[in-house]
Amino acid sequence: MAQYQNLFTTVQATGPIHHGVELGHGNSPRTGEPIISYWAGKLGNAQLGPIYLGGLGLASLFCGLIAFTLIGMNMLASVNYDPVQFVRQLFWLSLEPPPPAYGLSLPPLNQGGWWLIVGLFLTASLFFWWARTYRRARELGMGTHVAWAFAAAIWLYLVLGLFRPVLMGSWGEAVPYGIFSHLDWTAAFSLRYGNLFYNPFHALSIAFLYGSALLFAMHGATILAVTRFGGEREIEQIVDRGTASERAALFWRWTMGFNATMESIHRWAWWFAVLCPLTGGIGILLTGTVVDNWYLWAVKHGVAPPYPDVFPAVVDPALGAGVQR
Amino acid sequence: MNIRHSLIAALAFLTLLAGCERPPMDSVQTGYRGTGMVQVYNPRTVEANAQWHEAPPAIPAAGEDGPRASQVYKNVKVLGDLSVGQFTRLMASMTSWVAPEQGCAYCHNLANFADDSKFTKVVSRRMVEMTQHINADWKQHVGGTGVTCYSCHRGQPVPNNIWFTRNAQPYGSNFMGDKAGQNDPSPVVGLSSLPNDPFTPFLLGNEPIRVAGNTALPSGNRQSIKQAERTYGLMTHMSSALGVNCTYCHNTQSFGKWEGGPDKRVKAWYGIRMARDLNLTYMESLVEAFPAHRKGELGDVPKLNCATCHQGAYKPLNGAQMASEFPELLKRVSAPASTVARR
Repeated sequence: MAQYQNLFTTVQATGPIHHGVELGHGNSPRTGEPIISYWAGKLGNAQLGPIYLGGLGLASLFCGLIAFTLIGMNMLASVNYDPVQFVRQLFWLSLEPPPPAYGLSLPPLNQGGWWLIVGLFLTASLFFWWARTYRRARELGMGTHVAWAFAAAIWLYLVLGLFRPVLMGSWGEAVPYGIFSHLDWTAAFSLRYGNLFYNPFHALSIAFLYGSALLFAMHGATILAVTRFGGEREIEQIVDRGTASERAALFWRWTMGFNATMESIHRWAWWFAVLCPLTGGIGILLTGTVVDNWYLWAVKHGVAPPYPDVFPAVVDPALGAGVQR
Repeated sequence: MNIRHSLIAALAFLTLLAGCERPPMDSVQTGYRGTGMVQVYNPRTVEANAQWHEAPPAIPAAGEDGPRASQVYKNVKVLGDLSVGQFTRLMASMTSWVAPEQGCAYCHNLANFADDSKFTKVVSRRMVEMTQHINADWKQHVGGTGVTCYSCHRGQPVPNNIWFTRNAQPYGSNFMGDKAGQNDPSPVVGLSSLPNDPFTPFLLGNEPIRVAGNTALPSGNRQSIKQAERTYGLMTHMSSALGVNCTYCHNTQSFGKWEGGPDKRVKAWYGIRMARDLNLTYMESLVEAFPAHRKGELGDVPKLNCATCHQGAYKPLNGAQMASEFPELLKRVSAPASTVARR
């Protein structure tokens, strides 16, 4: 039994090194001589490389590196170029968007100007990388599912950093580039807009997020569980169900009355993953632009349940006559 | 993966928990079931800190009769209408509350007790006025319990928790690396990256603390997320200063909603106004009395916040009725800004 519970790939098929299919006109040559790594084979394919870099890949890396370096240099400058403090405080350090007073105008470099420049290069980098995933898929005769799934993530990124700030009229509404700072931003966002948990699109996004994890766990577990019957040959089993596929299907019909198929489980997974940032982005985009207080919105539409009062009656002291604010 | 590897991996995983407090915690439900209205306490921390929140025994009360302090001593400006016995009792108490090691000489010129040359004496006099002001005019916050010097000082000349306005741009460069007043592992905001000087805008200035809107749909509320972060920073300070969760004052459904929430929030609302009043009227008035070494990096006076008095307890000294033993501290101060001497 133990071999089926291993964390690592137990079977490594090694053969002649494969350079990949012939590429058509207009493609650049692939970079690097492929090698076989036993340890890489423990986690995935043992063959490393070659990499297709190309113009889009180069442009994406170049823009991404500029953004990465500018964020890092700003963080380093914020600890007075002390490398020890840079490492110790790394999770706290951040590059902040402009103060709200600047609206959508161009702020001084150190007042969010760097943030705008980083945003420009990071967005360019993401777009180049997206085009690269699209073009590489097409070149291999694949569908473009990966590119469109990536586009869903880019949508959420653009909503947070571009679409919503523009609609709100202030770059200051956008997310800072930092580990803890973006988490604190998230909590402050919910506090400002009256509890994001009452935002139905936020709820949908969470459902798809957790649903993705659940589906991935169910699918991975099912396939591993029928590996001994050849179940990892999922794609062949879509059209030619073997005993692995039948057993897996029967297991889920027995336990919950319904089963996905070897084909449909991947559509389930793809849509759950893609809908997570799609619905989340809609929820963010509506916040502040269309809805200002999600709790009050939920009360208005009967979403937030009323609870019995258990505290003594409380009146906002600021409503009293003649009190200080 | 043999047993030894598993053990090493398990130990390595456990070291990740080294920064956590060990269970079990005490959880006290305060609101309707299922709404998350609970207070969580670590009973070991509460026990370890208990002695910190005990009031010291008071010196037996002195008689009302006899000549007034102002008739016997020179230069008594605030407490002159006390009897000599009451006056010396309070002076002795203040010494034990504020400067037990340094003694009378911490504030007084021992050759001439009436001399105002030590800044500590000028500050102390102002602080006595402040204490009277708190007890007489801020009953909405301190109730009948009131405060004494000990509420904040706890046997130390400078209270444990004071604050100065922070330099938002600590390094000279104006080109890169703006901290925007946040993104520091600051204990003020519970080691988060929130704005770490929420006191200057709210406990000295009068900036709006409320950020959430009062209508479901937009109706002109222009509070930004950055302002929300600053408010969040202040609230984080209040939470750690009182040793309570957010839900001590706030409704979990909507932090902005007053109706149906804990009444403690009203006390806290007055507390914020009280801290602001005290900083503006009393601490700031001492700007020329304080020497440079007692001031902040920007040359501002030491100021107070919630932690100055609360020091981790929901009520300072866990609500001990200490001030009632010193009725002279409960009196209304006659002229709030009269006694500040210029140095």
